[in-house]
Amino acid sequence: MSFIQNVQKILKQNVREYGMYIALLAIIVFFTTMTNGIFISSRNISNLLNQTGYIAVLAVGMTLVIVIRHIDLSVGFLAGFLGAMAAIAMVQWHLPVVVVIPLVMSMGVVAGLITAFPVAQLGIPSFVASLAGWLIYRGALLLVTLKTGTIIIPNDAYNAIGNGYIPDITNLNILPGMHKLTLLLGIISVVLNIFNEIKNRQNKLAYNFEVLTMDMFILKLFFTSTVILGITWVLAGYNGLSWTVVIMLAVVAVYHYITTKTVLGRYIYAIGGNPEAAELSGIDVKKLTFVVFGSMGMLSALSGILFSSRLQSATTIAGQLFEMDAIAAAYVGGVSAAGGVGKVTGSLIGALVMTSLTSGMNLMGIDISSQYIVRGLVLLIAVIFDVSTRRRGK
Amino acid sequence: MNSHILEMKSITKEFPGVKALDEVSFSVTKGEIHCLVGENGAGKSTLMKVLSGVYPYGEYTGEIHFNGIEQKFSGISDSKKAGIAIIYQELALVPEMSVYENIFLGHEIQKKGIVDWNETIKQSVEMLKKVRLEINPATKVMELGVGKQQLIEIAKALSQDVKLLILDEPTSALNEDDCENLFDLLRELKQHGVTSILISHKLKEVIGIADTVTVLRDGRTICTLDARNGQVSEGILIKHMVGREINNVYPPRPRSKHGEVIFEVRNLNAYNPKIGRTILKDINFNVKKGEVVGFAGLMGSGRTELALSLFGNPAGFEISGEVIVEGKKRDFKNPRHAINSGLAYVTEDRKGNGLILIQDVKQNITLANMKRISKRGIVNENNEVKQAIEYRKALDIRTPTIEQKVLNLSGGNQQKVSLAKWLFVSPEILILDEPTRGIDVGAKFEIYTIMNQLVAEGKSIIMISSELPEILGMSDRIYIVSSGRITGELSIEEATQEKIMHMATN
Repeated sequence: MSFIQNVQKILKQNVREYGMYIALLAIIVFFTTMTNGIFISSRNISNLLNQTGYIAVLAVGMTLVIVIRHIDLSVGFLAGFLGAMAAIAMVQWHLPVVVVIPLVMSMGVVAGLITAFPVAQLGIPSFVASLAGWLIYRGALLLVTLKTGTIIIPNDAYNAIGNGYIPDITNLNILPGMHKLTLLLGIISVVLNIFNEIKNRQNKLAYNFEVLTMDMFILKLFFTSTVILGITWVLAGYNGLSWTVVIMLAVVAVYHYITTKTVLGRYIYAIGGNPEAAELSGIDVKKLTFVVFGSMGMLSALSGILFSSRLQSATTIAGQLFEMDAIAAAYVGGVSAAGGVGKVTGSLIGALVMTSLTSGMNLMGIDISSQYIVRGLVLLIAVIFDVSTRRRGK
Repeated sequence: MNSHILEMKSITKEFPGVKALDEVSFSVTKGEIHCLVGENGAGKSTLMKVLSGVYPYGEYTGEIHFNGIEQKFSGISDSKKAGIAIIYQELALVPEMSVYENIFLGHEIQKKGIVDWNETIKQSVEMLKKVRLEINPATKVMELGVGKQQLIEIAKALSQDVKLLILDEPTSALNEDDCENLFDLLRELKQHGVTSILISHKLKEVIGIADTVTVLRDGRTICTLDARNGQVSEGILIKHMVGREINNVYPPRPRSKHGEVIFEVRNLNAYNPKIGRTILKDINFNVKKGEVVGFAGLMGSGRTELALSLFGNPAGFEISGEVIVEGKKRDFKNPRHAINSGLAYVTEDRKGNGLILIQDVKQNITLANMKRISKRGIVNENNEVKQAIEYRKALDIRTPTIEQKVLNLSGGNQQKVSLAKWLFVSPEILILDEPTRGIDVGAKFEIYTIMNQLVAEGKSIIMISSELPEILGMSDRIYIVSSGRITGELSIEEATQEKIMHMATN
C-alpha cells in the first residue's frame, strides 16, 4: 500500500478522533489567510489561549458531568459568584492570596456537592437542579456585589494568574527576543511525548494489538511534534507561556490521567455507559455522582479565579453564558450526549475551536450577531458529524 | 367454516437466527373465548404481534383473514380500524391523565381539531357502564388499582367498536376478585358478540373460561381443543405444552455428594414500592457447596426480583428476612457487599444491565473487580490485558482482540464476557439468570461445560431458567417459583417437566 493510501486509510478509520484536530487546523488556516497572518501572530495566539483558559477548565469538568449522563447549568454564575467571593476575601477580609485560592476552591466543591444532592439522593433531573443553581448563584453574585458594584482587585499576585507569564531564563544570550524557558519546555514535552508513544507502541506490539504501521507512526510523531514546537515557538515570540495556559494544561493533564489511568475514571465511564450494569458491578453510583459534581464545582471556582484575575476585578455579570460555552466546547470536542463517551483532551480542542472562531471573527471585524450564528452552526455541524460517524462506526 | 372471525394460515416469522413462528395456523370462531397457551418463547406473543400489525405485512409470510377479508396490516392503526384491540400485560394508559381522556386517547371526539369534552365525558360514562365500573370519569388513572386499569383498557377498546379483543396475560397482576370480575365481563361481552383471545399461563382459569384452547410449542401449533365439554384438563394441556424430547445437549457431570449448606435464605419477603405490590412471599431455600440449584418458573413469577433482592437490592425493594452465607448472617446494603461476600450475579438481560456495550471486552471483564488489577487506585493496564487474555482463553470468547467493543460480539460471546466478568471476582456462589437465553446451541453447550467445571471446583450455582429442559439437564435440585412464592422443591430424580409445569402454573 502506498504512503498516501495509508494516510487516507488511517484518517478514514479515525475520522472521529482526528476530525476535531483537522477542523481546528482548517479554522486556523482560514482565519490566518483572511487576516493576512494577524491571526497566527504571537500576540493574538497568546491572547486567544488566555481567553480559552476559563472556558476550558469548565469544559473539562463538564465532560465528566456529561459522561455520567448529567448536565450542570449552574457553573457559569457559580464561577462569577466565587470570583466575587475571592475579590471580597482579599479586599474586605484582607486574606492573603495563598489562603483565598484554596478557600474559594473548597467553596466550589461544596457548591458542587449541593447541586449533586437532589440529583443523586432524590433522583431529580440535573437539568432542573442545576437550573435552580443557575438562578441562585446569579442572585448570590448580585447580592454580594450589591453595595460595591464591580470590585477592583488590587493584588498583583492574584492578577498575575490571569495576566502574567512564566519567568524566563535570564543571562542566556542566544535567541534574543524569544522566551527561552517556554522553548525549553516545548522541547521537553516533545521528547516526553515521543518517548511515551514509543513505549505505548511496544506494549501494544507485545500483546499483538493493532498498531499504526511504522511510516504512519513516524508521521504521527512528526505531526504532533511540529504542532507542539510550532505553538511554543509562536508563544515564545511574545511573552512566553502565561500562567493561565500553564494552569489550563495542568488541569487537562490531571483530568486526562484520572479518566484514562485510574479506577475512578473507569467507574465514571462505566456509569455513563450503563448505569444499571455499573450499579450491579458494585460501583457506588451515588457517591461518584457527588464526586463528579464536586469536581465540577471546584473547576467552576478555578474558572472564576481565572476570569476575575484576568479582568482584575469582580463584575456583577461575571460568568454569564460560561456554562453554555463549556457545554458547547464539550459537544464540539466529541462528548456524547448519550453518556459514556468523551475525552477531556477533546473538550480542550472544542474550547479552542470555539474561542478561535470568536477571535478570528473579531479580527475580521464581523458583527457580533453574525458571530453567534456562525458559532451555533459550527456546534450543530460538529454534533451531526459526531453522530453520523458514530453510527457508521457500528 | 364461515363462522370464523379470524383465520391465520401458515404464518412464519423469522428473526435473525431464530424461527419464532413456523407455519402456524390459528382460527377463532365468532363469539367465542379462545385461549392461547404455551411456554415462554412458544410464539404466543409473536403471533399476536403479527395479528395486530406490530410486525407489518411483508415481515412475515402467510395469510390473515379477518371478517372474511384478507388483511395486510402495515401497522397497529390498521388492525385497530379493522376492529382488533390488543391489551398487553404492561398497560398502555397514561397514568397522569383522567379516565375519560385515556378512553378516547388517539380517537378523540372532535370537530376540526377541537375536542368536545362534554360529549367525551358523556360517552365515557356509557363505556364505563359497559365494563361495570362505577367511578368518576375524571379520576386520574394512576389513582386506580391494576384491576380497574385493565377494565379501562377494555372500555377504551369498546369505544372503538372492537370486534376481536386480545388480552395478553391479563390476570398475572390481578387478585382473585379482580380476576373473577374480568372473566364475568368477558363472558358478558361474548353475549354481545365480542370475540376474545386470551393468553394465559394459569391453566386453571383457562379451563374455567375457554370455549377453545390452542396450544403452541416452539413456534408451531400443536393442537386446538374444544374446552366446552369438560374434556380438557390441566394434565392434557401441560402434556401438549412440554411434549418435546430432551436432546442430549447437556454435558454429563458426576453427581457427587454435595457439601454443607453454603447459602441459605429464610422467610424472605419483598415489597416493591414503585408498583405498590408484594413481589416475594415467604421465600425459604438453601444451596449446598458444589451444587447447581435450579429455579424454575414462568416469566414474571418473581425469579429475577428474587435474584436482585439477594444481590444487594439495587432496585430498592423493601425487604425482610435472613440471608446466611457460610453460616454468617448477612445484610447486604448494596451489590458491593454481596460481591465481597462471594456472590456474583450474571443478569438475565446482558444488554440491559449486564454489560457496557460501548466498552471493550477487557474493560467489561475487569469492571466488577478493579482491585485485582490496580494499586492505590491506578490501573495496571499491562496486568489488565494479561488477565483479560487469560479469561478470554479459558472461556473461549471469540473476538478478534480483547479491545473489541462488546457491542460487536455475537450473543453467545457476549454471554461469555458476562460470565468472565463475574468469574473475575472469584465468587463462591454464582447466580445465573437465564444463562443461555438467545444464544445458539453450540454456545449453550460451552456455557454448560463451564458451569460443570465451576461446581467441580466446589463453587455453587443458582440457575434461574424458563427452559425446562435446561432446568432438568443441569440442576441437582429444583425450586419452583410462582407468583412470588416457592411452590415446590424437587430433587432431580423426582422432577419431570409435567410436575414442574403443574407447580409453576398453580
